[in-house]
Amino acid sequence: MNFDDTPEEAAFRATARAWLDAHAPKELEAELKMSGFGGMTLKSVDPMAASKAWQAKKKAAGWACLHWPKDYGGRGATPIERVIWGQEEGVFGVLSGTFTIGHGMCGPTLMAWATEEQKRELLPPMASGEHIWCQLFSEPAGGSDLAGLRTRAEKATDGSGDWIINGQKIWTSGAQHSDYGILITRTDSDVPKHKGLTMFFLSMKSPGVEIRPIKQANGQSGFNEVYFTDVRIPDAQRLGAVGNGWQVSLTTLMNERLSIGSGMPTGFPELFDYCMNLQTEDGPAIDDRSVRSRLATYAVRASGLKYTGMRAISALSRGETPGPENSIGKLVAGASMQELAMFALDLQGQAGVVSDPAQAEAGARFQAMLMRSPATRVEGGTDEILRNIIAERVLGLPGDIRVDKDVAFKDIPTRGRG
Amino acid sequence: MNFDFSDEQKQLRDEARRFLTDRCSPAAVRAILEGPEPFDRGLWKGLAEMGFLGAAIPEEYGGVGLGHLELCVIAEELGRVVAPVPMASSIYLAAEFLMAAGTEEQKSRWLPKLASGETIGCFAWSEGVGRVTPKSIRTAVNGGTISGTKAPVADGDVAGLAIVAARSGTGTGENAISLYLVDLIGAGVSVEAIDTIDPTRSQSRIVFDGAPAELLGLAGEGWAIASQVMDRAAVLVAFEQVGGSDRALEMGRDYALDRMAFGRQIGSFQAVKHMLADMYVAATLARSNAYYGAWALSTGSSELPVAAATARVSATDAFQHCAKNNIQVHGGMGFTWAFDCHLYYRRANALALGLGSKSTWEDLLIDRLRQRNDAPAAA
Repeated sequence: MNFDDTPEEAAFRATARAWLDAHAPKELEAELKMSGFGGMTLKSVDPMAASKAWQAKKKAAGWACLHWPKDYGGRGATPIERVIWGQEEGVFGVLSGTFTIGHGMCGPTLMAWATEEQKRELLPPMASGEHIWCQLFSEPAGGSDLAGLRTRAEKATDGSGDWIINGQKIWTSGAQHSDYGILITRTDSDVPKHKGLTMFFLSMKSPGVEIRPIKQANGQSGFNEVYFTDVRIPDAQRLGAVGNGWQVSLTTLMNERLSIGSGMPTGFPELFDYCMNLQTEDGPAIDDRSVRSRLATYAVRASGLKYTGMRAISALSRGETPGPENSIGKLVAGASMQELAMFALDLQGQAGVVSDPAQAEAGARFQAMLMRSPATRVEGGTDEILRNIIAERVLGLPGDIRVDKDVAFKDIPTRGRG
Repeated sequence: MNFDFSDEQKQLRDEARRFLTDRCSPAAVRAILEGPEPFDRGLWKGLAEMGFLGAAIPEEYGGVGLGHLELCVIAEELGRVVAPVPMASSIYLAAEFLMAAGTEEQKSRWLPKLASGETIGCFAWSEGVGRVTPKSIRTAVNGGTISGTKAPVADGDVAGLAIVAARSGTGTGENAISLYLVDLIGAGVSVEAIDTIDPTRSQSRIVFDGAPAELLGLAGEGWAIASQVMDRAAVLVAFEQVGGSDRALEMGRDYALDRMAFGRQIGSFQAVKHMLADMYVAATLARSNAYYGAWALSTGSSELPVAAATARVSATDAFQHCAKNNIQVHGGMGFTWAFDCHLYYRRANALALGLGSKSTWEDLLIDRLRQRNDAPAAA
């Protein structure tokens, strides 16, 4: 049992570190380290320009999309090399946030379902950051129940073979910056919901695409609504067969779960530091027994996540697929962050309400954490969906009874009351 | 990186599991729960013959000389079957105390007997309600004899050797405490068994009245030695707790698959599924933290104090959580004597206290994290 690199891993790490030492944008390091809950907070430079510049530099030197094949702009690296790169890139990886959905989900979906010609055309500029991609899946009527989506794709009546899209997507991260998107639609309402879906990719500049930012509960706007009004997509941009969209979407969503070892933040190190420094009438807050008990609870969760990640990385290092234990990450981290934020504010007493970073404790980071954390428990699989996944795929318990399974989509009820 | 057990260690686990499936069935555990025997003597003999008792004891002292990772593997399997044997007292504590602080002569005298199971060791520490502190220890040694009352002492009723924390000096500080070896078969010792929440494991009250006591380690260093050895034992017990958590989760899962209500498997109701998923989460966190403890224990890392407290708190949480919710999944059947759920509930709650309560270890964890933060960054 050890945390040591194999000789091959050590050599790869040294190569990565040497390149990063020579090329990383060190002038942004301090600012990137301050990036907290709710996204990147670069002020000295334009965040998008800085992100694209760093991505292009990595691509030119063969350090972009490590897990992709070389032919498509990647490095053909092993999973463990990808993890090592992430460890070495460290805080500079924050600059890649803009590209995560493209590189992690859209790219692999194209690799599995697009034509060779499309892959050679679309993937290299995605790898270099020249093109940003988004994923158009969730809808107002289809969140956890993704297959309940209602955006329609119908064959154009002009005989061109094109598809005409009408409907609405929601929670689309980065749509406002995106050049392309992958889009799942309903092409048949007369069959059960999973069977009538079809996947496309499209230019986000297509006529009839309208993007509106969503003002979130915490006041920020990281997500969008995307409206489609008679948007025309050539049939050549279909991914997979008509009616096969559910299978194609699974390729995308499986890749969503492959980001291993990235370590979901829990906020524990920040809370521990805060409790060390917070002075009460009886001394530092950390001397209070009730504070210590709470801190210990969060400490063992943060540690458990860290070492669960180490176990997954070890499996990768052996060339194996990590076990199901990795599925607990977001479930534990999301809930912890929310509880921990509420606890930090409680320690601040009435002053805990203050959210002005200039006046609030700890630069208002716990207030920001409080206001962002509800989203963590919903996005990318709600806590409840994640528990279902653990129960069904890990523990082998029965799936939910699906009352809409054999019902034509058009006959599924849409309102609970009248 | 290989933050996992080796193939050989996994083979040992398989071997231990086969052995214990055969020799430590629920019926065997119930025989101790319901019968007059304080522990399973046949199983204890078998564990010695398999080399499991001596796994981490060097060959020169009659052990097998494998190591602590191997002992962790064995501990997990013992925890899975809630084995009714004095493993923690005799091996995780007594043998570790001797290896940590014993003279050559003391080690040669006692370790082979512990490895063979011929003698059972125990650690006499607590003297009553509340946390054990230097101040709480009133048992004292004067002129080579020991007097005072220790309770509860795990396995004191079946042990031949006690390692006793006692007052050797004045004052209330840690350096007033020393450790002593006391022959429990000799004069000046009276032992009585105590009823506890987990009758599959023995507890006792020991009254020392002028019994001969032999210093273990340096005078005044008893508290420091005990802290180190308790950390080592905490990792090993964490593996027992992890094994118990996994088994309790499996029992709940199996019952949820089997039991029908409202025309369907109860495991198809989200309320039940989510409860089982949360048990899995707790058990997984505890396992990963226990691995961290095992790594620190086996490499002699300076992180052992943090790792041990982390493993201890996490494993205590997990086993209590899994054991109580295993009963909940079983419904009324889970509260019957006939179902095995209460064996795990009893053991989970007894292990939660055995090396000091969870809140004690939470305090230790925070102190140690703080010391680590305050320490100058390693070069």
